[in-house]
Amino acid sequence: MEWFNDFWSTYSTLVFTVGVHALLALSIWLTLSCGLLSLANAAFMGVGAYVAALLTVNLEWSFPAVLLAGAVTPALVALLIGAPVLRLSGVYLAMATLAFGEVVRITILNLEITGGPEGLNGIPLITEGWHIVLILAVTIYSLARLRRSKIGRAFEAIKEDEIAARLMGINVDRYKLLAFTLGAFIAGLAGALNAHFTFFISPREYGFENAVDILTMAVLGGTTTLIGPMLGGTILTLLPELLRSLHDFRSLVNGAVLILVVLFLPKGIWEPRRIRAFFGRNKGDQA
Amino acid sequence: MSAANLLSIRHVGKHFGGLHVLQDVSFEVPAGSIYGLIGPNGAGKTTVFNLITGLLTPSAGSIDFQGASLIGQQAHQITHRGIARTFQNIRIFKEMDLLENVMVGMHEHLNYGPLALLLNSGACRAAEKRARERALELLSWVGLDHKADMLADNLSYGDQRKLEFARALATEPKLLLLDEPVAGMNPSEKTILMEEINNIRNRGYGVFMIEHDMRFVMGLCDRIAVLNFGRIIAEGTPDEVRNNPEVIEAYLGKEDAA
Repeated sequence: MEWFNDFWSTYSTLVFTVGVHALLALSIWLTLSCGLLSLANAAFMGVGAYVAALLTVNLEWSFPAVLLAGAVTPALVALLIGAPVLRLSGVYLAMATLAFGEVVRITILNLEITGGPEGLNGIPLITEGWHIVLILAVTIYSLARLRRSKIGRAFEAIKEDEIAARLMGINVDRYKLLAFTLGAFIAGLAGALNAHFTFFISPREYGFENAVDILTMAVLGGTTTLIGPMLGGTILTLLPELLRSLHDFRSLVNGAVLILVVLFLPKGIWEPRRIRAFFGRNKGDQA
Repeated sequence: MSAANLLSIRHVGKHFGGLHVLQDVSFEVPAGSIYGLIGPNGAGKTTVFNLITGLLTPSAGSIDFQGASLIGQQAHQITHRGIARTFQNIRIFKEMDLLENVMVGMHEHLNYGPLALLLNSGACRAAEKRARERALELLSWVGLDHKADMLADNLSYGDQRKLEFARALATEPKLLLLDEPVAGMNPSEKTILMEEINNIRNRGYGVFMIEHDMRFVMGLCDRIAVLNFGRIIAEGTPDEVRNNPEVIEAYLGKEDAA
């Protein structure tokens, strides 16, 4: 058990981060599954993290209540901005959500209560491994149920052909808002969990770079299944650690890996149809 | 207005800026019949469909369905009222399998809430099961049930049209709008589809189609309207329309004065 204790004291934060990143990747998977290219999820994560941390530090709310508030607040924000913003599509939506992310970051930077550029220090370390595992499990279960239902089919239909979806009787605007809001809910939850094991949060963690990182996780892993985004989140968390020995070349190799995956596996690493087709063809060759 | 008319279009006009696409278009689609809209390319036929289904708003005139106006309704609301359509350039969901494609059409008729969905309640499972069975039945109407779990993208052109057809029926329409249903089909496929459309009518649906294939239209439709340069130039039974001099002129050109 000693090796485990050693391992855990060194790497527990990393393992927690894998879980949080898996949640974030799932949050963007949800909006992508409805055809929405949104870059607001890092900001939603930030809103969740700050709301949760402030409630813990200043009002000493219980952890479940803190987590709920950390998820519901960004969801409400998403509901508010969704109506105007979701009229846009494609890169225009990406730009608008990006701008929204900057607004959130700059607001946090300039508020008194958030500690401004210095961030929030001394957030109690409340998050435990089982919290993350449980929330991740519930999220995966709910998304899996959603995917196989009329809601999941509506999302998919909107992603493929919005006009055809409308004429199938789907209220496209409402479903887009639903995907956007649920994505914000999950991202906020991830932020709230994250804030309570990193001790410290600052506005820098929720900027443009992180928005792109979250998107990359989902795209790298593949968005056709739920496994893909989680795999992408895990890889993008672990890869920099594994490449630690390369020192200065770390980001270079990290970037090269991403480029190679996008070039050769445009649908992501985890794509069941392609994997099945690959093995099916091999069997055929042998016969 | 007689109650037997499913759809009444009266004095409808549509212009995009200075371009008048439709002017003073009026006709009535009776219930339980097959109605045809024909006309040369660019006459404005698909625009008529887009106005009826709520993708466009008319600049003038009224469109009534079962005695109530459709103006100002959104596309999905019009679908709920009982109008479904297919597209000239096929718009199936290519990355979904055939069964899912048809089940998307049943969206409005699946009435389970989010809680039932998350808890996977009996009611939710039963509704999904019924929907799956109904989707299979609709696929069997168009002869695609044996391909139900195939990706729609892998279908032949003709099969994609049939899938669109089944998907439109899944919305439980009272009136089915078909935009060039036999385009790209071979003669035997056309004959089969002709029978199928007749069957659909006999099941109590109204059918309103745009079609270029004259033999198909004349053989199938109870009444036909002819659109040319955004105006209705003739309306009547296939025989009346066939012998109308203006129609002949629109299609074949004017005879030179000898």
